[in-house]
Amino acid sequence: MSHQAVPRPRFDAPESDPGPASKATLKMDSRAIPLLQGKVSEIPDALFGWTMRLCGLAVVSLLVLIVYELIARSQLSWHAFGWSFFARSDWNPVEEQFGALPFIYGTVVSSILSLVIAVPLAVGVAVFITEMCPVTLRGMLSFTTELLAAIPSVIYGLWAIFILVPLLRTYVQPFLAKTLGWTGLFTGPPYGIGMLAAGVILAIMIIPIISSITREVLTVVPQHQREGVLALGATRWEMIRMGVLRNARAGIVGAVILGLGRALGETMAVTMVIGNRPEIAKSLFAPGYTMASVLANEFSEATSNMYLSALIEIGLALFLVTIIVNALARLMVWSVTRGLPARNIA
Amino acid sequence: MAKTVLQISWRRRIIDHFMTGVAVLTVVLVLLPLGAIFAYLIYKGAGSINWAFLTQTPKPVGEPGGGMANAIVGSMVILAIASLMGVPLGIGAGIYLSEYGRNRYGDVVRFVSDVLNGVPSIVIGIVAYGLVVLRQGHFSALAGGVALAIMMVPTIARTTEQMLLLVPQAIREAAYGLGIPRWRTTLSITLRTATSGVITGVMLAFARVAGETAPLLFTAFGNQYWNWKSDQPTAALSLQIFSYAISPFDEWHRQAWAGALVLIILIVAAVAAVRFAVKHGTLAGA
Amino acid sequence: MGVGITVEHVNAFYGKTQALFDINLVFEANHATALIGPSGCGKSTFIRCLNRMHETIPEARVEGTVRIGDLSVYNGTSATQLRRRVGMVFQKANPFPTMSIYDNVAAGLKLNGFRNRKQLDEVVERSLNSAALWEEVKDNLHKKSGASLSGGQQQRLCIARALAVQPEVLLMDEPCSALDPISTGKIEDLIFQLKEQYTIVIVTHNMQQAARVAEFTGFFLLGKMIEFDKTEKVFRKPSDKRTEDYVTGRFG
Repeated sequence: MSHQAVPRPRFDAPESDPGPASKATLKMDSRAIPLLQGKVSEIPDALFGWTMRLCGLAVVSLLVLIVYELIARSQLSWHAFGWSFFARSDWNPVEEQFGALPFIYGTVVSSILSLVIAVPLAVGVAVFITEMCPVTLRGMLSFTTELLAAIPSVIYGLWAIFILVPLLRTYVQPFLAKTLGWTGLFTGPPYGIGMLAAGVILAIMIIPIISSITREVLTVVPQHQREGVLALGATRWEMIRMGVLRNARAGIVGAVILGLGRALGETMAVTMVIGNRPEIAKSLFAPGYTMASVLANEFSEATSNMYLSALIEIGLALFLVTIIVNALARLMVWSVTRGLPARNIA
Repeated sequence: MAKTVLQISWRRRIIDHFMTGVAVLTVVLVLLPLGAIFAYLIYKGAGSINWAFLTQTPKPVGEPGGGMANAIVGSMVILAIASLMGVPLGIGAGIYLSEYGRNRYGDVVRFVSDVLNGVPSIVIGIVAYGLVVLRQGHFSALAGGVALAIMMVPTIARTTEQMLLLVPQAIREAAYGLGIPRWRTTLSITLRTATSGVITGVMLAFARVAGETAPLLFTAFGNQYWNWKSDQPTAALSLQIFSYAISPFDEWHRQAWAGALVLIILIVAAVAAVRFAVKHGTLAGA
Repeated sequence: MGVGITVEHVNAFYGKTQALFDINLVFEANHATALIGPSGCGKSTFIRCLNRMHETIPEARVEGTVRIGDLSVYNGTSATQLRRRVGMVFQKANPFPTMSIYDNVAAGLKLNGFRNRKQLDEVVERSLNSAALWEEVKDNLHKKSGASLSGGQQQRLCIARALAVQPEVLLMDEPCSALDPISTGKIEDLIFQLKEQYTIVIVTHNMQQAARVAEFTGFFLLGKMIEFDKTEKVFRKPSDKRTEDYVTGRFG
């Protein structure tokens, strides 16, 4: 690195050798006693960086811990029953015979029922807010639907016990029995409490999540898609159907699946109104039991190790199902809302 | 020819109006239960909240009066423990994601947070039971706090990340250019600029776990009396509401409504504060 | 007093793309040097290499030697230490949005652990004075946030903020490109005064600006330094055809 290689300009100003001369000027400078003294240590930076990485790692280890706890503590039941645990329908803590089928059935049926009720309503609300609603109402409406999400599960349950259940018992169930009783889904004594009540309260609870994610998906549909359809002389509904809903299909399905994930794991409100009886009945009027509610009711009373282990195995199954459902939903929502990978910014 | 065109457009217009009507109907159907829940909460709860409710412990079955003072305090203790553990960890993870995790490892953490967010709360309860209750040998406020902390972390981490990413890179560079070390820049410049957003995330997480019941059933367990030790069964507002709601006594039903109203007032206050912070915070102008 | 900067054989890469090719030059102490060239020519990349700001971009990599005074930039110095001696002003004014005017100027010292209140007050006043902003803001030092100032004021605030750390070198990356002509004029006057005490390197796409404020000018094209000479020479009698084409407006 010889100095010849450096193209130095010829100039008239007093030439100063950049090497030793600059050292000299530094000494004469008023800044020779700098306000900031001392060498900067690299250690705090490294320490901080690794602490933050540790926090990130902690999040991952939390999940590992959850998986480990669930698997390790359900071994007893797994070894005793194997796969048949999920196919047997007897649940007898006294004789230590455990089968999870009634709970799986209850979880699946109550969740599907809630989707049947919630999806049209939630999508309708989302469409109304994004496409039809006057701007002044928009903020208020979305705030109100978000408020639904902020109400704790136990309060939904409380309301369901004292308001929804009597309502179902005196008005809805007799009506359904009379008009749709022939299907076999709406037969038997109208207790009020049962699968139907669980489905309805779940629906009310998952509407906000489905609706807010659908809204998010609808708003990212590019404006020109709407304008394109409108330019063809379409009415507003045709514009929504062809220009908006069609483009947002995958995202809406994702939102619905996300709602399903929420419904599968929902515990308190369901426990309070489903009747808590481990039976498989065709009628939606009959009481049932879900995986989450059997945990809520029986976990702290489980006296034997086998009983506890069987309950934890139900927890493990519930965990696996919900994470698969959620992962699927996330992927579908991302496919719509993320046109471009975030990397492109850098 | 002209006639058919006219007819189609007439039909199409009817359908258009019909679908608008359907959409309005769905809004009404969704708002109805919300209105009903709040109406009943206020109608049934307001009449039952009194001084005794806020200051006394539960009375035995059959005796009128009593309150949920111990449950209100218990909830606060459990939430304090949860926040003490969950908030720093969540913010730390958020800082990692935005400042150090723009790579494959970060993507893993990001995905895991989203997965954790979807884990049913009752399952988190089982894990906290295994981690704390079984090891300690008894139910405790600590176990309840751990369960709620686990639930807070992913929400806080992801919102913190998003808020920090909103801070322009130029602000970080300005700090680096002044010779401010990276850790100091992150804490005193980046995090400080995003403060209101990060607080929003923390409060959202807080509001979400404040009303949780399922993860407390077999961790905090509940208690009819005062308890000042963090290693003993502890009462919580949500647990008390649950056990009173499914009880057969009118007096307890009445108190369940009162408890629910107190709980919802606390949570709505938090959500309103969040809205306020977002609207009037520094990020609103950015 | 400022110190000189020696740049030898600097190559810069973004991943596999090479952005700078064998740059060699010397910045004279206490003078202003302008770097000009069409956008994308590497002049901004180059100025970021001088205080290792390129390290904030993932995958960016630099080879070669840069010495600022007696300090070797790439060997044995931490970037933080180096940047305390090299102030930087960016293209877009970037005051810390949540801080008051005072805190903005004091940030570099305060956040590096400087606690002397009285001295801090002095430094803030002196820096704002040097940046020709004191008179305009002295009544609202603590009341107003840095972000509430006008664009030109914000940029002068950023200059004051950089001066407060007492650097020897001031790097300016197109400091006027987002400003109106009047604010630009003020900043140029400022550069004129500051270069008596600081070594200034200014990147600009505005050739008139280079001619007005700088004694030396370097012309960059496609990551190479084509010509480096006294400003007058570069604009009047460039020795390279490409420089001539550029300064006479035939391309770029």
